[in-house]
Amino acid sequence: MEIFGIPAQALYGQLALGLVNGAFYALLSLGLAIIFGLLNLINFAHGAQYMLGAYVAWMLLSYLGIGFWGALVVAPLVVAVLGMALERGLLRYLRDVDQIYGLLLTFGVALILEGLVAQSYGWSGMPYANPLPGSVDLGFMRMPMYRLVAIAISLVVCLAVWIAIERTKLGAYLRAASEDADMVQAFGVNIPRLIMLTYGFGVGLAGLAGVVAAPVYQVSPAMGSNLIIVVFAVVVIGGMGSIAGSVIAGFGLGLIEGLTKVFYPAASTTVIFFIMILILIFRPSGLFGSTR
Amino acid sequence: MTSSTSLSASRGERRITRRRRLVELGLFAAIVLALMLASQMMNPFVVMKIMCFAMFALALNLLMGFTGIVSFGHAMFFGGGAYMGGYAIKAFGWPLEAGILLAAAVAALLGLGTGVLAVRRHGIYTAMVTLAFAQMLLFLAIQAPFTGGEDGLQSIPRGYFLGLLDTRSEFQLFLTTLILFVAVFLIVFRTVHSPFGQTLKAIRENEARAISLGYHTNRYKLAAFVLSAALSGAAGAMKAVVFELASLTDVSWHTSGEVVLMNLVGGIGTMLGPIAGAAIIIGIQEFLSGIEDWILVINGVIFVVVVIAFRRGVVGEAIGSLARREGR
Repeated sequence: MEIFGIPAQALYGQLALGLVNGAFYALLSLGLAIIFGLLNLINFAHGAQYMLGAYVAWMLLSYLGIGFWGALVVAPLVVAVLGMALERGLLRYLRDVDQIYGLLLTFGVALILEGLVAQSYGWSGMPYANPLPGSVDLGFMRMPMYRLVAIAISLVVCLAVWIAIERTKLGAYLRAASEDADMVQAFGVNIPRLIMLTYGFGVGLAGLAGVVAAPVYQVSPAMGSNLIIVVFAVVVIGGMGSIAGSVIAGFGLGLIEGLTKVFYPAASTTVIFFIMILILIFRPSGLFGSTR
Repeated sequence: MTSSTSLSASRGERRITRRRRLVELGLFAAIVLALMLASQMMNPFVVMKIMCFAMFALALNLLMGFTGIVSFGHAMFFGGGAYMGGYAIKAFGWPLEAGILLAAAVAALLGLGTGVLAVRRHGIYTAMVTLAFAQMLLFLAIQAPFTGGEDGLQSIPRGYFLGLLDTRSEFQLFLTTLILFVAVFLIVFRTVHSPFGQTLKAIRENEARAISLGYHTNRYKLAAFVLSAALSGAAGAMKAVVFELASLTDVSWHTSGEVVLMNLVGGIGTMLGPIAGAAIIIGIQEFLSGIEDWILVINGVIFVVVVIAFRRGVVGEAIGSLARREGR
C-alpha cells in the first residue's frame, strides 16, 4: 500500500518516530514553560539537566543495578534536588536584575555540566539497554514496544501536570504567583519556597525526559544542548504563556518533523526553524501565547 | 535663568564626554602598542586570534551593549563570514580584501534576514530567536556541499592584502590583522558616538520613550543589527585566513556563547571591554592548552562568577571605581 507514492510502512514508521521526538519536545517545553511562568527565567541549563537525567539513569544501572523503572523515579528526583540547590545557591540572587542574566547564568551552568560529564565519561555516546524489547502489532504497523511506552509516559505526565496546575490548590497558588508574586506572598504563601519547588519540578521533568530518552538515543554529553535549541524554537512557536500550548506544539512539531523526513529528508533538521520564521512573521507572540 | 544653567551643564557634560573619548582613544593606542609588543614576545598567532575575537566581540557589543539587543546567535555571522570569505579566496582566487568584503556583505544580508524577525521580539525572546537561527545555519553548513562538513574548509590560501602586504609572511599577516582590527574599532567607536549611536542608546534606555519621540526604533535596531553582523562576518573571514580554516565550530552555539562571555567579562557597553574580554578568555584558553577538555567547565565557571559577582565586567568596574573617586 502506498500513500502519495510513499510506502505506508515507511510513512507510519517516520510518523511514529516523530511522535517519539515530539514526546521529548513536549516534556522539555512544558518544564521550561512552568519555570518561565513563575521565575521569568529562560532555563538554558534545561538541556544539560535532561542529559543529567539520562546519565543518572545510566549510573544507577551500571553501578547499583537499578533498572529503568527504578531510575524513572530516582533520576528525576536527583536532578530536581540538584536544581533546587542551584536555585537556592545562585539563581535567587538574580531575581531583581534583568532577565537576560538568568539566561547567561544557566548557560554557564549548562557548560559546566556538559564539560564535567564529558570529562568523566568522554564525548562518545553510551548505549542504555532497552528495558522493553519486542514490538506490538497496531493493526496497520508494528511498533517497538518501548517507543509506544515512551509516548505514553510523556502523554500521561503532561496530562497529569496540566491537571495539577489547573485543578489543584497548589496549582492555583502557582498560577496566582505567576500573575503577581508579591500579592500572593501577602496572603501568606511562602513564595521563595514555591519558587524553589517550582524550579525543582520543572527541572525534574527535564530529568524524567532524559531517563525516558536514554534507551531511545545514545547517552552522550551533547544530547541535551542539541535538543534544547530545537525546543527553544518549539517554545517560540507555541508561545511562552501557555502550558497546553507547549505540549500541543511539542507533539505537533515532532509529527511535522517526521513527515518531513519522509517527503524531503534534507529539510528534516531545519523544518522546525522554518516554521518558527513563519510564526515570527505572521504571529510573533506564538500560536498559543499572549502578547508580552 | 534655568535655561542658561542647563545649557552650561550640557556644555560641561560635553567636555566630559569629549575627554572620555580622548581617554578611550589613548588607551586604544596603548592596546595597539601592547599587541605589537606581544606579537614579538609570544606566539603571534595567539595575538592574532585575540584580535579576531576582539573584532567579533566589538561587533556584538554594538548590539548588546549600545543598543540593548542580546543576540545569542552571533556565531552565524562570524562562521558564515569565515566560510564565505574562505571559499571566495580558495575557490575563486579572490584577493584577501575582496574575500573579507564579501564575507561582510553576506553576513550583513544574513543579519538583515535575522534582524527583521529578531527585533520584533524583546529581551530573552530575541536571544532565543537568534540562537535558533544560528542553529539552523549550523545544520545548513553541515549539509552544504562547499563547507567540507565535519572537516571544515581547509587550507585557505594566504595572498596579498591590498596588493601591498604579503600575508604569507607571519609579520605581514599580523599587520593585516592589526589594520582590520583598528578599522573595526574605529567604525564601532564612530558609530557609538554619532547621532545614530545616541539614538541607539536612547532605545536601550527607554524604547517606549524613543518611540513617543517619533523614532522608528525597529529601523534603528535593524540597522545596528546589520552593521554588527557585517563586522562579525569580516572578523570571521580574517580568522579563516589567519588559521587557514573555517569549521563548524565557528558557527556553533559554543562560539555564540563565547563571544557573549567575552563581552560580559570585559564589560558590556564599554568601548574597551570587548577587547579586554577577548584577551582574557583567549589568554585563559592558551594558558590551559594542555587540558582543553576543561575549557567548557572553565568558561561555564567564569559565566557564573561574572553574572553573580561583577556584572559590569573588568572595564566596567574600572570605570565605576574611577567615577567614584572623581565624585569624592
